[in-house]
This record gives sequence, C-alpha cells and structure tokens, in this order.
Amino acid sequence: MGLQYLGLQQVNGPLIFLDHVQDVSFDEMVEIACDDGTKRMGRVVQIDGERAVIQVFEGTNALSLKNTRTRFLGKPMEMPLSKEVLGRVFSGAGKPIDGLGEIYASKSMDINGQPLNPVSRVYPRNYINTGISSIDALTTLIRGQKLPIFSGSGMPHNELAVQLVKQAKISEGDGKNFGIVFAAMGVKNDVADYFKRSFEEAGVMDRVVMFVNLANDPIIERILTPRCALTVAEYLAFEHDMHILVILTDITSYCEALREFSSSKGEIPGRKGYPGYLYSDLASLYERAGIVHGAKGSVTQIPILTMPNDDITHPIPDLTGYITEGQIVLDRNLHQMGVYPPVGVLPSLSRLMKDGIGEGYTRKDHSDVSNQLFACYAKVQDARSLASVIGEDELSDTDKKYMKFGSLFETYFLSQGFDSNRDICETLDLGWNLLSVLPREELDRVDDEVLDLYYDHDRAVTMFDLRDAAIIQEMKAAGR
Amino acid sequence: MSENVIYSINGPVVKVKDTVDFSMLEMAYVGKKKLMGEVISIDREFTTIQVYESTTGLKPGEPVYPTGSPISVTLGPGILRNIFDGVERPLKTIAEASGAFIPTGSNVDPLDKEKKWDVTIKVNVGDILSEGMIYAVIPETDLIEHRLMVPPKMHGEVLEVKKDGQYRLHDTIVKLKTPEGGIEELSLCQRWPIKQARPVKERLPISIPLVSGQRIVDTLFPIAKGGTAAVPGGFGTGKTMMQHQLAKWCDADIIIYIGCGERGNEMTQVLEEFTELIDPKSQRPLTDRTVLIANTSNMPVAAREASVYTGLTLAEYYRDMGYHVAIMADSTSRWAEALREISGRLEEMPAEEGFPAYLPSRISQFYERAGYMKNLNDSEGSVSIIGAVSPQGADFSEPVTQNTKRFVRCFWALDKALAYARHYAAVNWTQSYSEYVGDLTKWYNKNVSPRFLRDRQQIMALLGEEAKLMEIVKLIGSDVLPDDQKLIIEISRVIRVGFLQQNAFHKDDTYVPLQKQLRMMDIILHLYKRSKEVIASGKSIQYLIQSGLYEKVIKIKYDVSNDHLEKLEDYFTMIDETIAGL
Repeated sequence: MGLQYLGLQQVNGPLIFLDHVQDVSFDEMVEIACDDGTKRMGRVVQIDGERAVIQVFEGTNALSLKNTRTRFLGKPMEMPLSKEVLGRVFSGAGKPIDGLGEIYASKSMDINGQPLNPVSRVYPRNYINTGISSIDALTTLIRGQKLPIFSGSGMPHNELAVQLVKQAKISEGDGKNFGIVFAAMGVKNDVADYFKRSFEEAGVMDRVVMFVNLANDPIIERILTPRCALTVAEYLAFEHDMHILVILTDITSYCEALREFSSSKGEIPGRKGYPGYLYSDLASLYERAGIVHGAKGSVTQIPILTMPNDDITHPIPDLTGYITEGQIVLDRNLHQMGVYPPVGVLPSLSRLMKDGIGEGYTRKDHSDVSNQLFACYAKVQDARSLASVIGEDELSDTDKKYMKFGSLFETYFLSQGFDSNRDICETLDLGWNLLSVLPREELDRVDDEVLDLYYDHDRAVTMFDLRDAAIIQEMKAAGR
Repeated sequence: MSENVIYSINGPVVKVKDTVDFSMLEMAYVGKKKLMGEVISIDREFTTIQVYESTTGLKPGEPVYPTGSPISVTLGPGILRNIFDGVERPLKTIAEASGAFIPTGSNVDPLDKEKKWDVTIKVNVGDILSEGMIYAVIPETDLIEHRLMVPPKMHGEVLEVKKDGQYRLHDTIVKLKTPEGGIEELSLCQRWPIKQARPVKERLPISIPLVSGQRIVDTLFPIAKGGTAAVPGGFGTGKTMMQHQLAKWCDADIIIYIGCGERGNEMTQVLEEFTELIDPKSQRPLTDRTVLIANTSNMPVAAREASVYTGLTLAEYYRDMGYHVAIMADSTSRWAEALREISGRLEEMPAEEGFPAYLPSRISQFYERAGYMKNLNDSEGSVSIIGAVSPQGADFSEPVTQNTKRFVRCFWALDKALAYARHYAAVNWTQSYSEYVGDLTKWYNKNVSPRFLRDRQQIMALLGEEAKLMEIVKLIGSDVLPDDQKLIIEISRVIRVGFLQQNAFHKDDTYVPLQKQLRMMDIILHLYKRSKEVIASGKSIQYLIQSGLYEKVIKIKYDVSNDHLEKLEDYFTMIDETIAGL
C-alpha cells in the first residue's frame, strides 16, 4: 500500500474530505503526514463513490488543502496487546505515554470488538465485596456486571471509585488474577493525577492499565479511549483469565465528544443535539462487560458519569440506565449533610443482585434485609415530606418512628467514611439492628420466621442507646 | 447486465449506483463477505440497502447480489427451544462455529438440516388439500406437536405420500398436483417473508383472557388472548421483570421472547432460568414452549429492526397450527430507535424528536398483527403482543409511548415511585387501563365467578378514593381525617401491600391461581365491610389496627400456599371472631 494522496478536498472540524480515492474500505485507518514531519492518524467514516470522509484523531489544526500526504493503511484501528500492558499508561488513542517505549505485541485486536453472542455469555452470579454498606447490602456489585455511578459535579465520585478499587475483593486466588483498566476521558489534569497517586498509594499500580485523555486533548481521541480500554480488558479477561474491573470516567465528556463529532459530520441530531445513535453507541461500550463460556476471567464495568445539572432524565444518564444493569446514584443532599459515600438509596439499583446474593453467596437473609430497608426508607421520605408541610411535631407516632429510623440509617448505615471497610455480615447485622428500631408490624416485606430470627427491638434499643442516649430516650417516650 | 457494485457506505447504509435489478424490500448480499441486507429505497440513480451486519472493512466496488425475494424466515420443526438473532440465524450454531463473538458474514442455516424428525403423515393419496391444511405432524418438543401445513396460496390433490418415519428438514414427504397441472413438493419446512402477515380465514372477537397469575394483571388490567398490551416505564421500574413473569406463567401455548436492543445478560438469564423452570401444567422445562430472538443492544442496529418482524412471523406460523402464542417484545422503543437511526442515515425529514414521520404507521402495523383468528384450516389460534416501551427520561409524552398508546388496548404504566419503594409489580393503578374488561366479562362470570369483576370494581373504587384522600394527607397528615376515611386508607394499604404487590421470588406468590385471587379479594372486602360496621357503631379505628387483623390479611399471600386454598375460608371466621371480640 504505497499509494499516497497529496492534498485534501475540504477540511471541516475534525473531518477531512478526500476525492478520487480508490480501494478504500469503511472504517479503515489512515495516516496523514504533514509538511512539518509530524504524523496524524485518522479513520474513514464515510465513502461516497470516490470521495472518502476521514476523521482525524489529533484534530485538524494547521492542516491545509495542500500540505498533507495521506496514506490508507488497509485495516481498521487495532490495539497492540500483551500482558506487559499492566502497569502502563497510554494516551487516549492507545499510544504509550509513560516513556517506557512501545508495547511488544503478542497480538493485536480491532478496538471496535465484535458483539458477544448471548448464547456464549455466562449469567453473572458471583458477587464482589466492596466493603461499602450501601453498595454491598442494597446494590450489590456482581462480577461481569456494568454498574454506573451517576454523580454530579462536585460530588465525591472519584473518591468512591478509588475506595471501590482499594477494597474490592475477589474471594478466590491471591489477587494476582485481578486487574483494573482505568480510562479517563476528558478529565481534568488534577483528577487524572489523583487517580494515579491513589493507585500508587494503594499499591495496586502494577495491576492497573491507564488510558488518559485529558480535558484539552482532541475529542476524536476521546471516542477511541473507552474502546482501547475495553479491548485491553477483554484481552486480559478472556485470554489471560483475569478478573478485570474497568472504570470509565467521565462518560458525559465522551458523549459530548460524540455530539461534537456528529454535528461536524452534518448528521441529524436527536434529543438535546446528541446523535440518534447515542444509545447504540453507548451499548457498544457497555455491552462489552460480561463473562463468556470457557474463559475464567470477567469484565466488570463501573462507568462514572456526571449528570448535567443533576438531571437524571438527561439523555446521557437516561440511555445509560437503560443499558446498564442498575445504577448507583449519588445524592447531593446527603453529600451536603456530610454523609460519605452519599449514595441515594432509593434511585439506586443493582439488577443482577437478586441472583448473586443469599445462601451460598452472601447470607440467606440478605434479600429480606435489603427489601425491607428499601421499603422503610421510602416511607421515611413520605414522612419527611409531610413533616416539611405540617411540622415534625404534628406527625403520627409511626411517622415519628420512621423519621428517627431515617436519621439513624443515614448516620450509621450510609455514612461510613473513606477508610472504613465493612464485612458483609457486619453490614447485614447493622441493617437488622436499624430495622429493629421500628415496630415489628411495620416490617411487612419479611416472613414471620425470618423476623423471629433477626428482629430484636430491645437489642436495637441498647445498641443505639450505647451510641446515642438522646435518641433512645425519645424512642421510649414515643411508644414502648 | 453489468455487475452491481457498492458506490457509497455510511454506517449500515450502502448505496448502489445506476441499477434497476433490485426491488423494494428485497434481500441482498453485500460485499465479498456476503453480508445480509435489505433494499429500503430505490430511485433512478441510487438503490439504498441497509445492511444487517457491521460494515467495517467494506469497500466501494465490491459486488452486491440480489436474491429476488424479500427477507424471509424458514418455518419448520426446530424453531422451539432455539435462540435466533434478528434475522433467524441460530446463535448456538454460530457460537459453535465461530466462538464467543459474532463474526460478520456468517452464513448458517436457520434450522438444523441434518436432524431427523419423527413424522406422522396425516393425508392419503387422492385427498384434496387446500391452503393451511395439515398434512403431517411431528412431536417437536414434549409439549408441542408441530403441525406441517400446506403453505398459503397452494392447493391440490395428493399425488404421492411417504410412509411415517424419520425425515430431514428438506426431505419431500408429500407431492401435490395443482389444478393447473403442476407438481408441488411439500417438505418439513416452508419460507415466509417477515414483513407480510400470514393469511387467516377471519378475525374472531376477543373473549378469553391470557391468564398470567399476576394479580394486578389478571384482576385489575386483564389482557385477552389475541390482545395487545404495552408496558411503559423508565429504567429500573421492572419492565423486563414483568415480561419475564408473564413469559413464565401466562397460559399461552408458545412464548416468543424478543430481546430487541436490550442487555445480553438478560437474554442469558432467560436462557438459564427457563431451562430450570418447570411448566406447572406439563411438568416440562419452559424452554420446550419458548423461542428466543436475541438482538442485543450491541448487535447491528438494522437487524434490530427486523427482529420484531421475525418474531411475529414465527408466532403467526404457530398460531396457524391452532396454538395460542404470546409475544414479549422487549423493548419496542429500541426498535423505534433503530428506525430513527436508519432514517437519519437516509437523511429523511425527521418528525417529532428525530423519529421518522412513519413511526405511527409502523407501530400500528406491528400491533395489528395480533389477534384471535380462525385459521385457514379452521382451527383457532391467537397471537398476543406484550410490548415493553422504554420512554426517554420516563416521560410518557414522548412519541413512542404516545403512539403505542393509540394502538394497544391494555396499558400497564410502570411507576418510578413504586419501584423506588420496591413495590413490584410497579404498575400504577391510576394511570393504567385495560379495554378488555368488557370483552372478558362473560368468561370471568362463567369460569371464575360473577363476583370476580364486582370485587374488582370495588377494589378499583377504593383505590381511586384513596388516591383522592392521599392528596389531603400529603397536605395536612392523616390524623385529622375522620375514622371512616382513615379506614379507606387502611384498607387500601391492605390492597396495595397484600394484594397488588407480588413477590416474584416467593415460591407461592410468583404465580397465583384465579381462585385464590378471587378469595383474597373477597376476604379484603369482607374485612372492609366488617370494619365499616365497627366504625359505624362508634368505635375508634385504633382498636381495629391494634387487633393485627390487617397485618394478617396482608400476609395471606405468603401464609396460604397455592395447594391449600381451603385455608382461605378460615379467614372469614377469623375476621368475624376478632371483630366480635373487640
């Protein structure tokens, strides 16, 4: 393939147009040599007869209609792979940027991947202990799951991600088969730095592969970043039997890059200017999580996205929620109250948890606790909204008990701090103790036999008496 | 005639220049890899083809082959228990051939050509067969007998028949002499274009419910056999869960489950769960009556559009044999989005929210293929469609939900607030409706009890009244209400928690027979009647609440197992005694 094309027909945003090209294939890689000796990479995104439309990854800065030589490489974008990628740092387009040289590739794979055959998937069932009560008990993370964190600007999603990485436990093996692929898309310099430092401090850097596309890097590169990262993850998981946790942050930047790119191609926009294929595009990333028959490894994804204006109905969180298997939503009110991690319990959900908890995985009563906690906490919200209208004093006795339960739940259960790592049994027992604060007849989601086993109002009284005498005085005055 | 070659490529849309060889909706093979595609527009200059597979690596100048026929599916034994992609390619076979990932251009036969089936011939030489008549039967699974029918528009005299025995898919077992003198060979399979409805003799009025054992469905918002229903709801409200429950428990003979643009793990879950689950009627695994069509969200978008039609065609084929078929389409919004995506690539003028202007007509064409039919062979069968809708931002005013609402007669609106409170099934009882209640009255009166719909009406009324009272409670709290209104709130709580809420993971509560549903309603209404008397006599509602009666009634769903329904009768005396003892 020695053929080079001199000059261009048109430059528009990140796109260049080339006429009279021959033998070009769709999605093929392109190398563009500039007069100053630098080289840029690009990709064919549309072909019309002899005209090819090429997106340039590094941006079209300083390209003119005559100062370039373009060469078609005859293959789609591939990522060189070997087990050496662990511990390395790459640019958003998959080039090493840590100064340690090129990867000696044992294999290279198309970064777009291929759709996983549903028949070959193994339904994820094994749970991951994160040591965070609100996640372990209420939105359990399952190996092979894609569970996004819906956050907002200014909320501690990065800390939460780091804590997850630090504490996530794979029960079998010595931890050697556990790795992290971290893709930063359009993140601020400080944030990328924070992650790197945290991984180093936690002593996990040799198990991490980092892809960094900073906020001021070209947007086309940003579109490639998650694909490169997932290709590495799939390679390590399915060819080297590793359990890979992929953290993608920030999906919002990725979607905005996609929108920018789509509008420069002149496509018809869908909702809020995002391209109509945003769903399919996000799905092509998220669906790359999973477990396949015959491989021992797994790919688990935690995409992090910041909801613009905390709006969960914005197209990005909305479409993400439709594809991913649940979501962990961070709540600004809790954050302002100083609760860390500020997991908004009610909108959070883990779809796969029902099959990965209970006897043989966590504990038999797990689903009972979590259902009842959800139901009771929902009633707390009702009581609170009522209290905000008529005042707390006017509430019925039951509602007052719910108010108390709510604040205890937030103080003892949700709030646990950045360094606290809670065992699953500890979390579940804590859940029962909190539920025992309420009158037994309020616990309508649980069979009587289970309640006989775990419900103990007196224990709750003593337990929270020890911690907070004032509360229990009120409890006693209020009823029993 | 010159060879047809690719001129331009834009995502899944490929154009061929200056050709007159293609007809509308014809299937074509594109490129050297022979990717499957469909002609979607033709003009003098360009023929546009949407390709059902990824077009990466395709080049202009590669050949395009017309096939002369529209996209069709092969209909024959071996469909059940199988899992197909959107254009009827068996995913298991693809996995065996090419591993865990789906490569492009894999050409595999939809049905196993080599497998031998036990065929029992039902006709003799000299019989006159008309279209739709059954000429042989095959035990396809232990549950379902596969009936081979003369394809539509074909008839004639039987010229030759093979003996009963084992035959492969394409073996000729019957030869027909047509009135025109031609000879037609009938094998174990036939083909049918997916976008065309299979003909029937006539459409019959709807009269039988599709019983699912889900209380809120069977009692409050029933769907009929041959009916259509939509399940709209934001993410996390339990659409898929609801579809799974219906697929598991509804009393259709055959379930076609279309996973259209949804999660891969969900399809795996269906595969695994249905193999383990035993059908209560036949004691056989549920997979024996199930076909899965999986076009997950990361599979090519154009095939997603085709998948719902493939599912429909398979359903109609089994309906023609005289079966009741239920289609679960999860989710129709993804299908609509596939239409939008293709439409965008074609640079068509968009209507609302970027969806093409023909969206309503496509949706109506889809739902109108449901119905309770008298088939060509005079058997009766039905196709019911239950489509999930995933409205953007859980906003029911978006085009797909609104247009779906116009064409379905049963609407189960899922509610985020209920789902957050883990109240499943999260069907909102004030927004949902079913237009089938009137059509089904006769059936319920005859087969369950004339009380059933009366009870239903009372329960609906109570819930309606509660909704009004809750407006007041939200403003000033429940303490100020008079006791009779407090009772309504209390009884509605019993209805909500004890009746409407249903635990899909509880062995008894996951499926509730109609008789139990009826008696549960009877008990709740009896409790209401007696409580009202107590309050009318001047006693405070507190006595009633403290008696624990309401909690006991709420727990009926767990305390009375489905095979000990006689225990339900004790509750009436229990209520009477407790109230007498107050």
